Amino acid sequence: MTSAKADLEVGHLLALYERMLLIRRMEERLRDDAAEGNLPGAVHLYIGQEAVATGVCAQLKESDWITSTHRGHGHFLAKGGDPKAMMAEIWAKRTGICKGMGGSMHVADFSKGILGANGIVGGGFAIATGAAFASQLHHDGRIAVAFFGDGAANQGVFMESLNVSSLWKLPLVLVCEHNRFSEFTPSNQVTSGDIADRARAFKIPVSVVDGNDVVAVYKAAGDAVAHARSGAGPAFIEAHTYRIQGHLEAEALFLAGGKYREKQEIDEWRSRDPIDRARQRLTAAGAKEKDLDAIGERIARTVNEAVQFAKDSPPADNDLPFDLMFVGQRA
Amino acid sequence: MSRKRYIHAINEALHEEMARDPKVIVFGEDVELAIMGDTRGLFEKFGRDRIRNTPICEATLTGMAVGAAAAGCRVVLHMMFSNFIYTGFDAIANQMAKLRLMTGGQAVMPITVIASYGGGGSNAAQHSDSSYPVLLNIGGVNVAVPATPADAKGLMKTAIRSNNPTFFMEAGGRGGEMGEVPDGEYTIPFGKASTVRAGQDVTIIAIGSMLKPALEAAKQLESAGIDAEIVDPRTLVPLDEAALVAAAKKTGRVVVVDEARDRCGAASYIAAVLADKAFHDLEAPIKRVSVPNVCMPYAPEAERQLIPNAERIASVATEVARA
Repeated sequence: MTSAKADLEVGHLLALYERMLLIRRMEERLRDDAAEGNLPGAVHLYIGQEAVATGVCAQLKESDWITSTHRGHGHFLAKGGDPKAMMAEIWAKRTGICKGMGGSMHVADFSKGILGANGIVGGGFAIATGAAFASQLHHDGRIAVAFFGDGAANQGVFMESLNVSSLWKLPLVLVCEHNRFSEFTPSNQVTSGDIADRARAFKIPVSVVDGNDVVAVYKAAGDAVAHARSGAGPAFIEAHTYRIQGHLEAEALFLAGGKYREKQEIDEWRSRDPIDRARQRLTAAGAKEKDLDAIGERIARTVNEAVQFAKDSPPADNDLPFDLMFVGQRA
Repeated sequence: MSRKRYIHAINEALHEEMARDPKVIVFGEDVELAIMGDTRGLFEKFGRDRIRNTPICEATLTGMAVGAAAAGCRVVLHMMFSNFIYTGFDAIANQMAKLRLMTGGQAVMPITVIASYGGGGSNAAQHSDSSYPVLLNIGGVNVAVPATPADAKGLMKTAIRSNNPTFFMEAGGRGGEMGEVPDGEYTIPFGKASTVRAGQDVTIIAIGSMLKPALEAAKQLESAGIDAEIVDPRTLVPLDEAALVAAAKKTGRVVVVDEARDRCGAASYIAAVLADKAFHDLEAPIKRVSVPNVCMPYAPEAERQLIPNAERIASVATEVARA
């Protein structure tokens, strides 16, 4: 694994810390609102994995493309998506980023290159490959990043996308967030071999990193993005992390007492929390506690404003589906 | 007007639209050599940055079409045989058809998917389906089923210029058939049925490849004293319900002909729409002439008996006309 020393400038690391904390606090609020029954649909939370989206997206331009997963809030926020518009979307409101038509699993903002979270596991591979293909044809200097989990790596389209993107030297970065679980099944029960080896088989450069170390992710992403942008073809990152929350917030209902992991394992990973580690690193580098606390307060306000905005917004327009199936053609 | 083959008319449309708009790209399996005929000459004229052979990976190709379109390309994806739509169906049904709704209208997807459908060539069950019924039920994709060279060219141009995904279904057995094609620039709008033959006694609605046997049936019917009206819907999504309802009311007797299997096919849907909207003007039950609910066998005679032909259409139309 690539290890990274704290040699980023403090200001730079502060920005990464702030973005991770925003994701964490938004997710915690969604966790609480899901528990209180305030959200109409399922939410899949990103708690514990914040360093991956944050470290990678910090290397991207606004015009670069990303595709995300069903666990997509973190990617949306890391790529610059608006917290209010995301929160309103998950609350199924008209002011949501997708006008309440997509919800948690489909947050997208094309104007910021966010081609969407996706409810189909592995659904982003081909879309990102296609976007990278378009960028190559247009010579527009953009790259595409496909975020996916270890579960998605077992979909056939993963191999197909590796093949096409390597063959055509597409400007694509594949980021595997190995969070240890395929929904409710531990990864080692459903995955043979090392996922990174699958990319190596296509001669794609691979970086395996500690996904709970935002600096390590940031550095690996810098290399991968530079490789893809240079025209040399795709690059692959396998970031090892851990899904602290369940597959979805309501999972206790489905599990009905069943269990797929031990509390001790969760606690072990909590001790490697990416945000705590970034904060320790910042303190060691001379960041002032009061500055870090001020970031926390600012984020708390952002989250409160986002929730208030969502609550105050009108519900989604029931007639909208009929206008949104086609451009200029009512369904 | 000049006489052209169906496949040449489609090829002409592709050439013209690629020349007209540099954002139009074509990709798919073996498109450079133009194995299906319709992409002939495009590679030589436009080069590899506009038309490109792909690996055989339909599940990814359909998703790539979505991503490339989202990123600004006007995509033509060639799927060869319409059975391969099933292979690439995840991204068709879960992304292409739904992304616009799911993103609150952010996604604009100018995608044309070409696929050749139909039986009659002893290509057996995995290369002979008329697979468009599954497309009618997934939401946000248009479906064009041109029957003549002129319609094929005009509908292809509309499909490529459209900002919506369109499945352009080539009538497999018709690639070599000739027809009059207008000279110069023209397009044919979606959702406009064509009355191919005016008649008073029975209305035959013929979908895509079924237009030719329906016209032959009309001749047979004429000699039996039955005057058939023939309507070609040309696109199944959007469907010109108003024209079909009017044609049904005109004669009060309707036969719908479709090369897809009967169960939940396009004919079944059209029959249901007409039963709903023209019921009080009908003189007889609506009949469907379609492929029975079996898969296409290899043996030529076993296959031939399943595909609607002029005799079967005439026989059913006679029954309806005299009911």
